[in-house]
Amino acid sequence: MSDLLTLNGVHTHVGRYHILQGVDLSVPEGETTMLLGRNGAGKTSTLRTIMGLWQASSGEISLAGRRIERSLTPDIARLGIGYVPESMAVFADLTVKENLVLAARDAPLDDIRLEWIFGFFPALRKFWLSRAGLLSGGQKQMLSIARAIVEPRRLLLIDEPTKGLAPAIVASLIECLKEIKRRGATILLVEQNFHAARELGDSVLVMDNGTIVHRGAMAALAADVSLQEHLLGLSLETHQ
Amino acid sequence: MSDVAATGALPKPKRDLLPALLPVILALAMIPLIGSGSSWVTLTVASLAMGMMIFIMASGLTLVFGLMDVLNFGHGAFIAVGAYVGTLVLLPLAGWAQADSLLTNLAVLAPAVLLAMAVSGALGLVVERVLILPVYGQHLKQILMTTGGLIVAEQALYALWGPQIIPLPLPTSLRGSFIIGDIAIAKYRLLALLLGLVVFTAIQLVLNRTKIGLLIRAGVENREMVEALGYRIRRLFLGVFMTGSALAGLGGVMWALYREQVHASMGSDLTVLIFIVVIIGGLGSVGGCFIGALLVAMVANYGGFLVPKLALVSNILLMVAILMWRPRGLYAVTSR
Repeated sequence: MSDLLTLNGVHTHVGRYHILQGVDLSVPEGETTMLLGRNGAGKTSTLRTIMGLWQASSGEISLAGRRIERSLTPDIARLGIGYVPESMAVFADLTVKENLVLAARDAPLDDIRLEWIFGFFPALRKFWLSRAGLLSGGQKQMLSIARAIVEPRRLLLIDEPTKGLAPAIVASLIECLKEIKRRGATILLVEQNFHAARELGDSVLVMDNGTIVHRGAMAALAADVSLQEHLLGLSLETHQ
Repeated sequence: MSDVAATGALPKPKRDLLPALLPVILALAMIPLIGSGSSWVTLTVASLAMGMMIFIMASGLTLVFGLMDVLNFGHGAFIAVGAYVGTLVLLPLAGWAQADSLLTNLAVLAPAVLLAMAVSGALGLVVERVLILPVYGQHLKQILMTTGGLIVAEQALYALWGPQIIPLPLPTSLRGSFIIGDIAIAKYRLLALLLGLVVFTAIQLVLNRTKIGLLIRAGVENREMVEALGYRIRRLFLGVFMTGSALAGLGGVMWALYREQVHASMGSDLTVLIFIVVIIGGLGSVGGCFIGALLVAMVANYGGFLVPKLALVSNILLMVAILMWRPRGLYAVTSR
């Protein structure tokens, strides 16, 4: 499997803080790669740097062989990346429909794809013309993910989608992401929920202090409690 | 499970009508204080007309701040330039402007307005590229650069047209008043009122019914996410900046005709007023800017009639009162 996304020696500074300190990683095409690590390890910063929201101060970022570390965020997005930030960042003053119309960019909304999305997230159909700001936290997360998949994308960058959500919604999100995966999408997923990570991850990257400290198969990490405690400072089985 | 299946209903959106009703409440409250019905109507129409002109001048400024967090203290330059450019058409063709025919008057007024808007809009392009682009995200530098730009523009107008006040008489058809009983409604004020409503409606239609409007509204809320969806917001911002500058130029011509004079410092004189309106309305809110402009004009007109000594500070007092009630303005934009 070839790598869709690669980062080589990426450093990112935000103000006077040196956040990413030489990140090397690769995301194989068609797989889901989990990005794990303690709070403050640099996971969100990695996604923001890939999206160009923070400019890498040095290093290389390539998407399908094309260098993007100096590209502007809109150009990076138009290469086929869907981004779901940790904050969800739905447009509260816009309706659910308007949020998705913007996400579809130049294309009209595809009814078949919408039905597919509504299958996972029926709330979005019900509140189609309601202001997104009125949705619950879980519904906003559904909208945020729907926005990233309303058109087919080559790569999805998803930042802690299950954070703070009720178990029923988490289960629905996992089913949705599995289905997206089955359709051949490549996903780089930051996740703290071990159940979700184990269900979805093919491979895993663990970050600490702005660098990648472990890479391997998700199944191998899931099976090795001592490795989990060594890398993450906790046993994932007890941290769900 | 209810979040997934959406078995419940969403909370009803709060309808915040009080700020929108303030101008109506204020106008009605003034009836007993003013006493004379005809004076009240005259003052109210004058307030509405003045408010519309201020709104036209300020609407671009509020969007520019809302979309890109840019403090443009040089916005008044577009007003002054618009007014001066208007004179380039209106003064040489004064014969047409003073003709008795409405069509002839409009034949000179329309190109004057269009030229003023075109030149102010083009100046907006230059200002955004030269003065604002290098200082994105740096408020202090934005204030210094745009204030400097305003001073340069003002001095350029002095150099080109001289320091004297240039009289700009109203076209004949717009002079005088419609008399209804003992009430006189100035024709030009009525035109300003109608034009202001047209501009407000047009802005609302663009913001609420077009993809560009969607992008502007989304950008005001979270410009980073708009970019992450694949839109070049700086290009959009440039378009908004130029449109706002063109509207300021339109407002400049209207204000000059309202005062029947043009002078180089009119831009800086109006800058304070416009900032008060934008702050009262809520930075980035077009609806708030509209209400704010009406309130400022009403307080100036009613206040000037009832307590002339307070006229100079009335707008500041209004701003203080509004901000004590709503510290982020009448209609605060979500993310600010």
